[in-house]
Amino acid sequence: MMDFGFKLSPSSAVNLDTVDRARYDRLVQLVPDARTCIDCGSCSATCTAAPWSGMSVRKVLLGLQRGRDDEVDAMLSKCMLCGKCTMVCPRGINTRQLILTLCRLDRKGEVVR
Amino acid sequence: MIYQGKQKIWADYQKEIPDNHWFYVRSCIRQNFFPASEKYFLTICRDMLGRDIYETEHHTTCAGIAYHCDTIPQETAMTVVARQFALMTEAGYDSLVTSCITSFGNYTEILETWREFPELEAKIREQLWKACRREFEKPKYLAHASDLMYKLRGEIAERAQYRLVSRATGEPLRVVEHIGCHYSKMFPHKGVGGAEYPCVLSGMAEAWGGQVIDYPERRHCCGYGFRQYHVKANRGYSLSNTHKKFESMEPFHPDLILTNCPGCPYFLDRWQYVIAEMEGKTYGQNGYGIPALTYEELAGLVLGVDPWDLGLQVHQVAIEPLLDKIGIDYDPARKYLGMNEKKIKTPGLPTTLKCC
Repeated sequence: MMDFGFKLSPSSAVNLDTVDRARYDRLVQLVPDARTCIDCGSCSATCTAAPWSGMSVRKVLLGLQRGRDDEVDAMLSKCMLCGKCTMVCPRGINTRQLILTLCRLDRKGEVVR
Repeated sequence: MIYQGKQKIWADYQKEIPDNHWFYVRSCIRQNFFPASEKYFLTICRDMLGRDIYETEHHTTCAGIAYHCDTIPQETAMTVVARQFALMTEAGYDSLVTSCITSFGNYTEILETWREFPELEAKIREQLWKACRREFEKPKYLAHASDLMYKLRGEIAERAQYRLVSRATGEPLRVVEHIGCHYSKMFPHKGVGGAEYPCVLSGMAEAWGGQVIDYPERRHCCGYGFRQYHVKANRGYSLSNTHKKFESMEPFHPDLILTNCPGCPYFLDRWQYVIAEMEGKTYGQNGYGIPALTYEELAGLVLGVDPWDLGLQVHQVAIEPLLDKIGIDYDPARKYLGMNEKKIKTPGLPTTLKCC
């Protein structure tokens, strides 16, 4: 292929028609409060692990809805379950329970642990 | 809502375009990219439709390209534009039509700035007088050439020798329209249809028999964006924008792209070659690309002008499959004949993008 001295960046567009949302759908069955998230980012702002790990419950929920499972799993593996995000959530979501539930689900939404 | 109320709201989306007597200013770059477009705008309006369009060899750039590349301040561009207005006034015209979308945006922005800050207009008048002893009246009407072509689309349709339909199936051609950002996004209410119903190009395509297709990235930038392309470090961003548009329109199988900006047809045309060389992907049928035409070129084709006189051989994407589809007669042997029927060199063919 020819080198023009510049490159084509992959598009960041999300095609929701091709995204498998089975894991997110199963999560909201098990933790219905997940639907009430307003993406305010309070959880991310208060997260102790966020500055060096990139962990963010808000991003986890968005990533699930956009089919970005690799990013979601990477973030979940960094969570220390300290529960600070639960304390600051203005919608009262039990984020700690949400994360633990999510860790039990595989990518097809089946409970594996 | 009562009927009169609806009519009043709809009236806000209309643009008043005088029928005749225009002062025409050309683009800096279109004559290099698509050499016959401006010539055929004048030929169609003057010779075929009998309109009075005046142009002078004394006009210069509007300086919009330098202004949008951050190399000159707006006041400099204002003084240059004031000189164009002076030429228009001296020629006895009060309606100005621009060939370039960025000129249209630049002129509109300057007139709006002067409306908001009259003291600035007074300062520019003084600067113009000191620089070249000229005075000017502001244009009563400002339009882009595609506005005028939109207004004349019915007359062109009446004289059409070809329609935008497939000769084989009788189905309308699938047209993607792409309106320049400096026309529709800087001052949307100054264009035909405003921000919500921009129909300057779709109106032409439909009047000439085509079917306009909608797709997700229809209003996305073509990728030119001045600083994105002119700075080489940003050029991948320019390409990625165009790639995003092509990926979005591909599932709808467009037959052609219709544009009204100098940069858009150029980048929607040339980047197809670059994407083909980089990714090995083409977006037209059978390994060809999707032809990107200016509205003058499309009007010329509809009116039966020879494709090679319209300069369609300087497009990167081969135009022949589209001509065959419509049933337009052309002589392949004349494709690379220059002035006085003298053979000019035939360009090399790309490795991936199929060309004739």
